[in-house]
Formats: sequence, C-alpha cells, structure tokens
Amino acid sequence: MTEIAVVGFAHSVEPKTSGATNGVELLVPLFQRLYADLGITKGDIGFWCSGSSDYLAGRAFSFISAIDAIGACPPIMESHVEADAAWALYEAWVKLRMGEVDTALVYGFGKSTAGELRRVLAMQLDPYTTAPLWPDATALAALQARLGIEAGLWTEKEMAEVAARSTRAEAAALLEASYVADPLREHDCAPYADGATAVVLAAGDRARELCDRPAWITGIAHRIDSPSLGARDLTRAPSARTAAEAAGTDSVEVAELHTPYTHQELVLRRELDLADGVRVNPAGGVLGGHAMFAAGLARIGEAARHIMSGAADRVLAHATNGPLLQQNLVCAMSASPSRSGPAR
Amino acid sequence: MAGLCREAIDRALADAGLDWPDIDAVVLGKAPDLFEGVMMPELMLADAIGATGKPLLRVHTAGSVGGSTGIVAASLVQAGVHDRVLAVAFEKQSESNAMWALSIPIPFQMPVGAGAGGYFAPHVRSYIRRSRAPAHIGAIVAAKDRRNGARNPYAHLKQADITVEKVQASRMLWDPIRYDETCPSSDGACAVVISAAPTSGPAAWIHATAMRTEPTTFAGRDQVNARAGAEAAQALWRDAGITDPLHQVDVAEIYVPFSWFEPMWLENLGFTPAGDGWRLTEAGETDIGGRLPVNPSGGVLSSNPIGASGLLRFAEAALQVRGRAGDHQVDGARTALGHAYGGGSQFFSLWLVGADKPGGAA
Amino acid sequence: MTTPLEAPLELSFDYTRSLGPVLGRFMAGLAERRITGVRGSDGRVHVPPIEYDPVTYAPLSELAPVADEGAVVSWTWQATPLEGQPLDRPFAWALIRLDGADTPMLHAVDCGAPEAIGAGTRVRVRWAQQPVGHIKDIACFEPTSAPASPTPPASAATPSPTAASPAEPVEIMTTPIRLRYTHSASPEESRYLRGLAEGRLLGQRCPECDQVYIPPRGACPVDGLPTTDEVDLPDRGILTTFCVVNVPFPGQRIKPPYVTGYILLDGADIGFLHQVLECAPEEVRMGMWVEAVWKPREEWGHTLRNIDHFRPTGEPDAPYETYQRHL
Repeated sequence: MTEIAVVGFAHSVEPKTSGATNGVELLVPLFQRLYADLGITKGDIGFWCSGSSDYLAGRAFSFISAIDAIGACPPIMESHVEADAAWALYEAWVKLRMGEVDTALVYGFGKSTAGELRRVLAMQLDPYTTAPLWPDATALAALQARLGIEAGLWTEKEMAEVAARSTRAEAAALLEASYVADPLREHDCAPYADGATAVVLAAGDRARELCDRPAWITGIAHRIDSPSLGARDLTRAPSARTAAEAAGTDSVEVAELHTPYTHQELVLRRELDLADGVRVNPAGGVLGGHAMFAAGLARIGEAARHIMSGAADRVLAHATNGPLLQQNLVCAMSASPSRSGPAR
Repeated sequence: MAGLCREAIDRALADAGLDWPDIDAVVLGKAPDLFEGVMMPELMLADAIGATGKPLLRVHTAGSVGGSTGIVAASLVQAGVHDRVLAVAFEKQSESNAMWALSIPIPFQMPVGAGAGGYFAPHVRSYIRRSRAPAHIGAIVAAKDRRNGARNPYAHLKQADITVEKVQASRMLWDPIRYDETCPSSDGACAVVISAAPTSGPAAWIHATAMRTEPTTFAGRDQVNARAGAEAAQALWRDAGITDPLHQVDVAEIYVPFSWFEPMWLENLGFTPAGDGWRLTEAGETDIGGRLPVNPSGGVLSSNPIGASGLLRFAEAALQVRGRAGDHQVDGARTALGHAYGGGSQFFSLWLVGADKPGGAA
Repeated sequence: MTTPLEAPLELSFDYTRSLGPVLGRFMAGLAERRITGVRGSDGRVHVPPIEYDPVTYAPLSELAPVADEGAVVSWTWQATPLEGQPLDRPFAWALIRLDGADTPMLHAVDCGAPEAIGAGTRVRVRWAQQPVGHIKDIACFEPTSAPASPTPPASAATPSPTAASPAEPVEIMTTPIRLRYTHSASPEESRYLRGLAEGRLLGQRCPECDQVYIPPRGACPVDGLPTTDEVDLPDRGILTTFCVVNVPFPGQRIKPPYVTGYILLDGADIGFLHQVLECAPEEVRMGMWVEAVWKPREEWGHTLRNIDHFRPTGEPDAPYETYQRHL
C-alpha cells in the first residue's frame, strides 16, 4: 500500500476579514508560504483538491474564481468537494493511493461572515418539513446539548470546562454568564470566522524528501448518519465511531477534534473512546474561531503538526460536516508509516 | 429530489444484480446548490441514496461534475479502498430557475451576458471564423441529436421528425446560436455502479480516466480549443493505449449543450486536426452508423439535468460497450468515450470504457 | 483608498418543490389539521414522515396517524427570533414527541418565557388560520394542561379511520428563500472600481508574466500572484468576438437585438464583455475598432456600467492575426 503523509500545513483564521468573498486573497499567502517552506513550486503539485460552499459566498460556482490563486496554467489535475475540505483531503489521499501522482495540495476556504450563517445553515436541513421553519444553527446545537444533559451524559459545568481549557478561563466564572441559547452560553459556541487552510500531502520517498518528520496517514475514514433529526439519537455520533474504528485510532497521544460546540467534544470523546491521557485540542480547537469548510482540514493540519514538530508520535484528527455531527471523518497519523491499520 | 435519485439508483442496482449491502460507499455529484435551494443536499438525501452508515462524498466541479463523480467513484475502487461504489448525479432544475441562479446580479459586476448561451455564443463565432465552417453545421448536429433522442426512452426532448431545415428556421437566440441548437432545462438523475469484480451481465471496463482544469479567463487563453481539454484527452489516449482515436474509438458521448460544440470538441479531443471537426459532422460520420457516432443517446441537446449530464455521458458510453443501449445501440461498439466539461470550458473529465478488460484483446 | 468596497447581495427565490407520495399525503393531512407519520422498518413511527428508511433505505409508505399533541423532549430559548421563523416574539424551539409517534419533531413553542417549558411539558399544535397543505400549517405549538392520551390518537377536526389520507396528496409546495450577504471586492478590484468612478480604466500588470489585466486580479490566473503595477488604459479597443442577443430575459436593459462582445482595450492583454451599439447588428464585425460611450458623469458609480456602451470608431478593422490569440 502506498505510504502517504501530511508534509505541509498553513492556516489562517480571523474573526472577520475585509477581503473579497472569492477566497483568492485568503489562499495566495498560504500557497506562497507552503511553497517556501517545502522548497517547491506549483508545478511540483500533481493533484489539487478543495472544499468550500457556494452558500457561504452566496453565489453559484463560487469555488471557480479561487482557482486563480493556483495559477492553473498549464492546466492542472484538480477536483472540488462541496463540503469541509477534510473530505477534499480524503479525495486527494485516494488519488495518491492510485499512484498517479506523488504530491497533492488540498485547500479549503470561506468567508463565513459574508452572510448570516446561523440562518444559512438551516438550508442543510430537510427542505420540506424543517428548513422552512428556519431553525438557526445555535438553537439546534442547544437542543442537542440539552438532550445530553437530560440523559445525564454531561453537565453545563463539564461543557464550561471544555471551554475553560481552550480559553484559559475559570469554568466557574464562565458559568456565571447568561445563556445565548439555553443551555448554551457564549463560551459553548465557536464564533464563525473567515479563514483558509492548505495542506500538502506526499507519497513515499517524496514525503521524506519534503519533510524531516512526515505525518504518515495510517488510516482515514468517514461515514454519515441519517439526516432525520428525530430518527437519530442526537447524543451519539455513530458515524464518528465507525469512522474511527475503520481508521484505527489506538494509542493516540493528541486528538484534534472539529467541535463547534463544547458538548460536541464530549460526544466525540465517548464515540472515539479517547483515553483520559489523550490531549484534546491543546490549542483550543475551533472554539476560538470557526472557519467553516476550512476548519476540519485545519484539524488534520494541526494534528499533523504535532508529529512534524516532534511533539507527538501518534495523533488523531477529526472533521465534521452537516448539522449536529451528521457526517464525520477521522484521520490517524503516526511518525512511522509502518503503523498502518485498516484503511477503509 | 429523493425519488428522482432513487429511481435511477434502483435501476442501476437491479441492472448490476446487487443490493444495498453490496455497496461500500456512495459518491454524489450535482451542480450548484442554489439550483435546488438546499445546502449540500446529499446530507438530507443520505437515507434515500443508501449512504447512511457509509462513506458519502459530494463532488462539485461545475458542469463537468457528473463526469468527476464517475471518476472519483472509479478511483475509490482503483485505489483499492472499496470494492463497489455507487455514483449518483442529479439535478432538479424545476425546483428553481437556472437562468436566475446563474444571473443573480453580483455587486460591482456588469451584467452583460444573457445566460449560458450569451456566454458561449461569442466563442462559437470565434470557432466558425477560425475553422471556416459553413453555417449549417450547427443545425446538422442539433437535428441529429434530437433524432437520436427520440430513440432513447429516457430523453427529455424527442423530435423524431426534426430536420436541418427546421432547426435553421427556429428562432435565432444568441446569434450564431438558434433555439433548436440549445439544450433544454431538465430534471434528471443518473446512477452507476463501479465494481472491482464483474457483477451480473456484461461489464464496461474502465480503461482510463482523465481530469484537467484551467482558469476561466487568462491573457491569451484559447477559449475555443481549451488547452485543459486537449491535455485531458492526450492523457486519456496515452493511458488507454489509443494512438488513433478516430479509428480506435467506436462511439463517443460528448457534452454538447450547444450544437456547435460537437465539432469544437471533436477537434479538442483529437479526433480530427484543429479546424476539421465540422467536416466529420457534415459528412454524417457522427450519425449512428457513421465512423464515429456522437451522442447516440441524444446527448445534452436532448436532456440536460446539469449535474447529471456528465455522468449520463459516462453511463451512456458504458451502455454502448455493454450492448445495452437499446434502440440507440451502435452496432459492434467495443470502445466508447464519455466526456464532460464545465465552467467556461475549463473543467474537463473523461473516461474511456471498453467491452474488454484493459490489457486484454482490444 | 485601501479599504475594499462592499455591497449587499441578496438571494431571493421561491423554490417550487415537488413532493413524493409520503410527504404529499403528510402535507395534504396538514391542510385538514391532521398529522400523519410513517412507520419505519423497525416499527418506529416517524413524524414528520421520512421517505426512506434510515436503516434499510427501503421506501416507506405505511402512513400512521398521530395526535396533534405530545411532550417536549428537548428545548432551547430563541430570545431574538430571526427572519422566517415561526414566531416573531421570543419563543422556545423544542423537539416534541407527538402521542403515537416514536421520533420527536422540531418546532416552535409559544410559551412566553423559558420558565414555562421543560422536558416533559405537554404541548399541542396551534394550527394556522387557513391551512393550505404546507409545513407552516402548524403555526407553532403551545403548552396544554390536557392529560396525556397515549393511544389511540384522535384529531379534533376530522376522524381518520385509516392511515391513508382521503385527500389528494399535495404535489408542489413553495418554499421562499431569502438570504442576505455582504459582497466584498478584492483590493485590486476595488482600486479599479474607484478608478471607474473617476472615469479611468485601471488595469494592472502581473509581476511575473507582464500581462495587463483589466479588471486587475487578486491573483494572476497564470502565475497565482496578485497583479501589481497599475496601467491606465484608453477607452478604445478591438471587438474580438461577439454574439447578437435576440432573446428577451428579465432585467434586460435594451430591446433585442443587440450586440454583446469582448472588448480588448488597446494595451490590455485580456478582453471583457460589453455592449456594442450605434451600429446595426449585421454590420458588426470581429476585429472592429470601438470606443467607449460614457454615461453622464453624474450617473457614475463603482461600476463598469459607467460606460453605457461601445461604438465603432470607423477605423479599418484590425487584422485577424493581431487579436486571434485573444479568442
């Protein structure tokens, strides 16, 4: 089986940029930084794949103009997913496994603050019975959070502790704030942010050339759960569990989880069977700023960085897509490529 | 939307003699979400398309997306990730109005165009100037594709008695493009099962796939004979061991939303030298029974469910080499091309399928 | 000068959604103030009904009537309602399990204050004044003190003896979608737009390939680098290729037929689309020299529309060879 690794990562996230909605401005600096870091040019990239959403920019085919950032002349081998760019990384991983190319650049971008995202995300729900009510994304998350509280699976205090760890605030103090959407407080909800992420993948010896300590992907898998909010047990994310089982997540030291709400970290800790010693989102995850459709890919990049920097030997990254953890991707990485679990 | 996709999926599974447990993953493709007013509709369709509990990937590469969907599904099998993958592509244009979705006034930009026709017509004019093609070539293509569509039970438009003269008598919309030379606005879905091992019935073996992209505009860009398309074709022929496409390919399903794109793509794909594509069309060689039948299904000119149109081209190519194309079957088709393009003629996806296993007797 | 320009962008469309047999009958039931669920492969009754089973993917068809009241399973408080939501005063969102149903449905509860709702609170449907066969026929829910009536469900308005609805299924439902965005131009484009407001045509040169782009780009599409050196371009150039628009469409400014085509300004390396008027369409030729006709200065804004159209200059046409690389 082809050995594939993350060898480069660049990411930007800002509360609100003044920049254009087309993504070019966000991406050009990231690409330039990666070329410089890795000593490559755009011509060294064999496959490009991106993830974004037309509804973030408010226009059809919004990803097309972002291709300008690449300088796709001569023409390139390229694809795009309408999803978090972590799924674009998955598509690139498949291409590398085929052996057609040995290097891929994956990117995700979005100007989340261009629209009223809380409303926009209602468009992901059933268009006949649910979306016409325009339930906003925070309210939906609050309903999920309360289900877990009612079931005794977690408490508001535990949710605050998740936030406290990333903001270095006192959980008790956080709990004094009023509700944004009962039982969620401001600290429980990641603010939407503008941002972009770029990750370079490389195979085999090419990866070793480009990086001293490549983050070898030992397993990557994703699954989706039913869209029916009623049919799902919203305190669970079976798709995350089966994706993790397929990816193989034994003995990870660090987990970078894509959790826009504090209680979702608690859901995932359980589904991913994370041991107590595992460091989860040591830099705060997305709670500091959620760059939609770039954030999941950024989790993979952040997790890989722990290996590339030598801080860890075995990590896990998670990305989510869709409402209330409907679709989940798990990527396990190691300092050694030999640690390969089943890769489905 | 769910029923539309499911109708295609159920037929594809039945055709392959498979059931849901046999499917390892689903790839869904469609064009912009604004067409149906659902953000990432694959999420809400997960139960209907049999993806719940499985991997589901959503592809969106503009008009070429149907083709890309087929290619991504094929790569999942070729890379050894899965054994059987279901590729689904759809568009339900009747939920909204594509002309609206594509012409929402974007601030600071001057709306000049008049839909896709207004965008592509100047490039068709450039082609005519460059190739010195006679004016009736477009009408020949349109009449042929609509007649072919009448042989295809799934075609949207069926005009068995259309003639070149009738096309030429139809209203000029975006001179040089006439009404009968444009694609309809359709609802439709297409599903294809891609398997590592043969299932029931004859298979269409995937000999090669290719995808290429270039920017919509850049200084000196050839908008008629796009380099990305030509390079995709060269890669496809190389990987499939094809040295003389016109002789070695038996039938082609090419994405022709406006009639003139048939000769343009014949040249771009390397079936003829640049400037000569129209000669093949004029000589009737792209009819069923000609040297290279093009779009025996009726093509995009007979049905255009945008997101599905590319996968339909791929699937129709597969039907031909499986000998399952019914009334629009090309006799003895062993090797077939599926082609899709999108954006401003900038995204290309291609596959070549054969009745024989690659490397076997061709 | 450096702040990028912004402007509102609104998406607004009434989508026409065709309904399958299950949702069609559900909506028809709502028009008669009845709620129907559908039985899944595991025997669960799903409300609102789902079309395909989440476990077996099988199409579902066995409709099951349920009550129009039930219990709150989860809730939250919407202190500031957003556009399009069921109520325009503070309300609760709740997952509500209707009596006779096994899965909860999402809706709004009009209960005045968060203290008035909790898990287990009994609520009942408040029907719209004039139900039409749309999900909004359920205006919202409201708390009720009525005792729980587990089975069989009964509807006050119409007795429904069987699962099947006697009414004709609803075939199409309209769902209006209105979204507002702030569209931002890139810094390069903003300079160009501000130039237009002064009657200037500002292009920029790519630092790598030296090609002059108008409008300037956040990244040269060939090299992936922002265009930089500013170039003032004249308001005359060559019409490279064009089409004659004969089709009327909403928002059209000029009565067809008229010509739109690519104008390659003298000194630019890329054309842009504009209109060519003051010349019969049949007289328009590829390679024709054209010049800008500006609108009156008081009508100028940050847009290329400041140029009303281009018109022929009357000079001899440019030779094909001089512009063929721009086709």
